[in-house]
Amino acid sequence: MAQTSPRSQKSPYPLWFFVPAAVIYGVFFLAPTVTSFWYSLTRWDLSTAEFIGLENFRQFFSEPFLVQGLVNTLIYAVTTSGLKTVCGLLLAVLLTGNIFARGFLRTVVFFPVLVSTIGIGITFTVMMHPTRGIINVALDTLGIDGPGWLTNPSLALFSVALVDLWKGVGLATLIFIAGLAAISTDYYEAARIDGATRFQQFWRITLPLVRPATVTVVTLSLIGGLRSFDLIWAMTRGGPGFSSDVVASVIYKQYQAGFYGLSTAGNVILFALIVAIILPLTLWFNRREVSQ
Amino acid sequence: MRHIRPYITGGIALLFAAVIFILPFLFIAIQAMKSKSEASRLNFSLPQEWLFWQNLIAVFKARDYQLLLAYFNSTLITVASVSVLVILSAMVGYIMQRRRTSWNAIAQIALFMGLMMPPAVVPTIGLLQDLGLFKTIHGMVLIQVAYNLSFSTLLYRSFISTIPRDLDEAALIDGAKPWQIFFRVILPLLKPVTVTNIVVQSIAIFNDFTNPLYYLPGKENVTVQLTLYNFQSMYTSQYNLLFMNILLVTIPPLIVFIFFNRQIVAGMTAGAVKG
Repeated sequence: MAQTSPRSQKSPYPLWFFVPAAVIYGVFFLAPTVTSFWYSLTRWDLSTAEFIGLENFRQFFSEPFLVQGLVNTLIYAVTTSGLKTVCGLLLAVLLTGNIFARGFLRTVVFFPVLVSTIGIGITFTVMMHPTRGIINVALDTLGIDGPGWLTNPSLALFSVALVDLWKGVGLATLIFIAGLAAISTDYYEAARIDGATRFQQFWRITLPLVRPATVTVVTLSLIGGLRSFDLIWAMTRGGPGFSSDVVASVIYKQYQAGFYGLSTAGNVILFALIVAIILPLTLWFNRREVSQ
Repeated sequence: MRHIRPYITGGIALLFAAVIFILPFLFIAIQAMKSKSEASRLNFSLPQEWLFWQNLIAVFKARDYQLLLAYFNSTLITVASVSVLVILSAMVGYIMQRRRTSWNAIAQIALFMGLMMPPAVVPTIGLLQDLGLFKTIHGMVLIQVAYNLSFSTLLYRSFISTIPRDLDEAALIDGAKPWQIFFRVILPLLKPVTVTNIVVQSIAIFNDFTNPLYYLPGKENVTVQLTLYNFQSMYTSQYNLLFMNILLVTIPPLIVFIFFNRQIVAGMTAGAVKG
């Protein structure tokens, strides 16, 4: 209380409004985050923690299946983010254009965003069954031999990424629609008078001017992709083998196995990965925004 | 030709949308109404006998009415977390928007971290155990509040910037205390963004799977998403009941979406574009 100056006492915006939120956030989010750096250097059973230096990290980077989890996380994040950005933008262009049943189509594309990820994961796991699943049955009637979507180790991660796209593209589309709505129609009129084709209009006007929305979609979907756990867990549990394991599923598996120190090291690696990717990206996006 | 085109592209888009986005939901509904043996064939044919009620009752009765308990737990967690979230994040958003102090920079960083960083799960479990909050509903509520504060605050902060400061000053001159200005004058004006917050966060918390998986294990603490996960391993031969459960989990967001479509869209895009 000694710190409170007379000025801040008079302010109609008291700082104690921060306190309840800060306490909950500080205790339940920030404190574990800070202590995780210590616990990642220990062999830990929740009651006693024995300092073992960088042993957990050494193990993480020497076990092939743990390294694969790290590589898969990157592949998964880049794939889902890229697909959501491209498909989201194309869908947004389609759904802001002059088409029949536009409102209904927007609703249909967006609804999966709100549905339980586990429910969607189970549904698609059943639909992707290698022999009886409706996707391969449908492909079969077209004369195509459908792959083992979730049973083929080199395909499983991408199959889950496709379902992630299905579930998440609606949010990307929504953000792009908001971005497209902010572009003045004058540009398109001027371009039409100059004889620009539709493709030129998209490439020279839409794409540069929708940039803020693109930045948001790329950043959000990259963060989501790097942290992704529930869909992968519902569909493959990281399998077959370790072929679709990501860092988040490794963290859970090591926790279940009782390797709390190793699990926490996985968590620290995930922080580092997210910071190492998102921070430079944000700075780069901002710099380009300023220079334009 | 020109006026037909919207119908042609619309028609084609509808067809694709139907196959890609609607078909999976139809599949869920059809599977949920089949008999056990029919559902295990996993195909898309209509059920030979429609067993909607039988399956509905069976899925609720399963494992000692576990699903009913799960609905109760999920609802309790969602309502409690969202109530606390709304009040606390509105307070933070209000001060962050109105007052320029060095604390704002810290709040800003905390907000950014909360949006971006994955929580450190095992240290959190250790902490919850020390506090006696592990495997408790109120512990889960506090976790949901901590993890979702950032997004709610972001929504409030950007909305509060549209409310003129003159109102605060008028109330101040009338002799209102700071907390009265906020709770009596500002908070009622935030109703649109409060509705958005309630709707968006309710769906997020109701659908949350990962956090209850870690922090709320135990049969008596089961939440709706966890029942799906439990039934997935238990019902490998009873797909009809598994899909009935998925159908039941899909319906609450659908109802909320029908009534609050506009608020959901506003919340998702406002939070995203300004973030």
